[in-house]
Amino acid sequence: MQKISPETIVGSRITNQSLRRWLHSLPGVDKVGLEQRAASLGTRSIKTTSKAWALDAAIKMMDLTTLEGMDTPERVRSLCLKAITPDPTDLSTPSPAAICVYGDMVPHAKKALEGTNIYVAAVATAFPSGRASMAVKLLDTKDAVKNGADEIDMVIDRGAFLSGNYLEVFKQIVAIKEACLRKDGSYAHLKVILETGELQTYDNIRRASYLAMLAGGDFIKTSTGKVSVNATIPTTLLMLQAVRDWFDEHGVMIGVKPAGGIRTAKDAMKYLVVVKEIAGEAWLTPEYFRFGASSLLNDVLMQKQKMKTGNYSGPDYVTVD
Amino acid sequence: MFEYAPAPESRAIVNFQKSYGHFIGGKFTKPANTFQTISPATEEVLAEISEGSAKDVDQAVKAARSAYEKTWSKISGSERGKYLYRIARIIQERSRELAVAETLNNGKPIKETRDVDLPLVASWFFYYAGWADKLDYAGLGPNPKAHGVAAQIIPWNFPLMMLAWKIAPALAAGNTVVLKPAETTSLTALLFAEICQQAELPEGVVNIVTGHGATGAALVGHPDVNKVAFTGSTDVGRLIAKQVAGTNKKVTLELGGKAANIVFDDAPLDQAIEGIINGIFFNQGHVCCAGSRLLVQESIQDELLKKLKKRMETLRLGDPLDKNTDIGAINSKAQLDKISKLVKQGQKEGGEVWAPNCPIPKNGFWYAPTIITGVSPTNTVAREEIFGPVLSVMTFRTPAEAVAKANNTPFGLSAGIWTEKGSRILKLADQLNAGVIWANTFNQFDPTSPFGGFKESGYGREGGRHGLLAYLKAGN
Repeated sequence: MQKISPETIVGSRITNQSLRRWLHSLPGVDKVGLEQRAASLGTRSIKTTSKAWALDAAIKMMDLTTLEGMDTPERVRSLCLKAITPDPTDLSTPSPAAICVYGDMVPHAKKALEGTNIYVAAVATAFPSGRASMAVKLLDTKDAVKNGADEIDMVIDRGAFLSGNYLEVFKQIVAIKEACLRKDGSYAHLKVILETGELQTYDNIRRASYLAMLAGGDFIKTSTGKVSVNATIPTTLLMLQAVRDWFDEHGVMIGVKPAGGIRTAKDAMKYLVVVKEIAGEAWLTPEYFRFGASSLLNDVLMQKQKMKTGNYSGPDYVTVD
Repeated sequence: MFEYAPAPESRAIVNFQKSYGHFIGGKFTKPANTFQTISPATEEVLAEISEGSAKDVDQAVKAARSAYEKTWSKISGSERGKYLYRIARIIQERSRELAVAETLNNGKPIKETRDVDLPLVASWFFYYAGWADKLDYAGLGPNPKAHGVAAQIIPWNFPLMMLAWKIAPALAAGNTVVLKPAETTSLTALLFAEICQQAELPEGVVNIVTGHGATGAALVGHPDVNKVAFTGSTDVGRLIAKQVAGTNKKVTLELGGKAANIVFDDAPLDQAIEGIINGIFFNQGHVCCAGSRLLVQESIQDELLKKLKKRMETLRLGDPLDKNTDIGAINSKAQLDKISKLVKQGQKEGGEVWAPNCPIPKNGFWYAPTIITGVSPTNTVAREEIFGPVLSVMTFRTPAEAVAKANNTPFGLSAGIWTEKGSRILKLADQLNAGVIWANTFNQFDPTSPFGGFKESGYGREGGRHGLLAYLKAGN
């Protein structure tokens, strides 16, 4: 990936003032229009062959997630095994892209997934609130990377963003990206969680998306899943417009990850429609689009079984994880 | 990759009869002098309908007069309201059937009949049902009176919705009606006649006579008609105005348009793109208030056109019954020829024509979504109503120039403003000479909101309290 310097993009030295000028020059977002567009895409009817494709794609683009205080090594191992064999009755079922866990669970996940190409993603930087000193956030990230995390899901400092301190948000993302550096010189993949439910306005969400892309995030991600409003279709649509426009302008493709609250196959298919029609087919791969979800997988599996057999099997015919 | 498999809505729910007569005095007459009505998407014959003669029109007006005198003017407003509520509920119950029927006969996508037309049709009846017993508050003082018999002629672009806009306020105000649907799209009006029977509406309150222009002229010219309401082309509107001049007939005309959709450089760009798309490609551009002239601020023209073209490439043209179709068929061969002719004219006058590369079905009448750039106000495509999926693009430099260009048209039906600056919206809304002005949106309709135009776009308002007034006179 070619590297364009943030200074070139912003057109000046990076200061809080220049960032503010740049971010506030972005076109505004009309809430009513955006939500109307999202609703109209929600009426697309996905049937037969396209439904089969979409269900498999949804699994392949999933970051199967467990982020609970009560997580244990055993629980993580069980989830990893589920990722390896999502449906024991149909071994052709693809695996999710990654397992997403807290940092201390990375070694357990790595061990369970050894020999597979399923990635391990770790949430870091004092997830979910992000309220810790920079030293702690850096250590949190480095620890996960050292333990073998392939991907880091960081949170932005929403307090700094909302108080207009864009430079602080920018600097933190840049620093965390550096902390993703591995011994071999490569970087762990960085997903930047905007926590859109706390940013509240669509204008803020567009600005935060641009800030995260400018600072070198590989993905922009909606939510932690830990606040009352998580991923929504309009928010994801807006972020997909941002990565589309970023690519048109700078030739760099950034990924998008909606997370939290996506529970049904039907929802997942609506998201895939939005990806296709807003960003384009190029984004319809796990490299550039992910779902952060936990219960979604079983609903997709039930839908797959329904397509195969013609009737619903029920939750006892898919495995608990 | 992710291609949408065909997802056609089933047409089994609709049963057209082989041939239809007129609906007069609560009964269907025997079909006579029939002509075929087709699906413009496939050219398949759907049914045969009758050409209304002067005699048919006379019978219909007599039935309406008799119903007015014997029942409709005698019962209370709340009784009339009950019938309207009943009709509204039956429309909701039968909405899928009506949506499929409308899509078959008109060619517009099922997505639109299902999500826009039918919900609006029902809401129009619900809204005016509420007015029926509150006419004292319409603004004409106590005890306002109905005119009597209303002659109503509607176009083919929103067949059932235009029927609702006409019939609901007329009935609520206490008039009886004779309605002539457009000759290419009469089937849903005939299904509506069945709904009147199902609702046990008193005989003769609603009469429907099908046919071409001559039938309409006979209806407008009938001496026992008290009120004429017409929606359609400005040419026909002129004929009607001449025909009723010197009579006591009240007239409202809702005619053509050439709306400016004005996009400023501070507009919410992605939503403006959607607004432009919705403004001109909704219903294949067969919309009198379509945003057919795009006025874009010169400083953002390139960026906007790039995004607009990219967006147009994702529009799905094809089988109107497919739930994923965005653009359906052109309603008739005649309309298709008119669109092609005007676009060629635009090209000849120096406009640059662009359309996405979208496959066009073999049968039926189709026109790809098209934009013409480099248009100046003197060009034909900037002045004449094309009534198709064709957008003429012009630029402006200052707000004053935008207003001057927007108002420089014989029409004055609607306009759109796109800017994040609220004060500019208010100022421009004041300066634009158009009956309906949308800010940061386009083509939004609601039964509570009056709709209508200035200049050659006609006179009178439909919708809201204003729409009711067209069917009332002050009591004595």
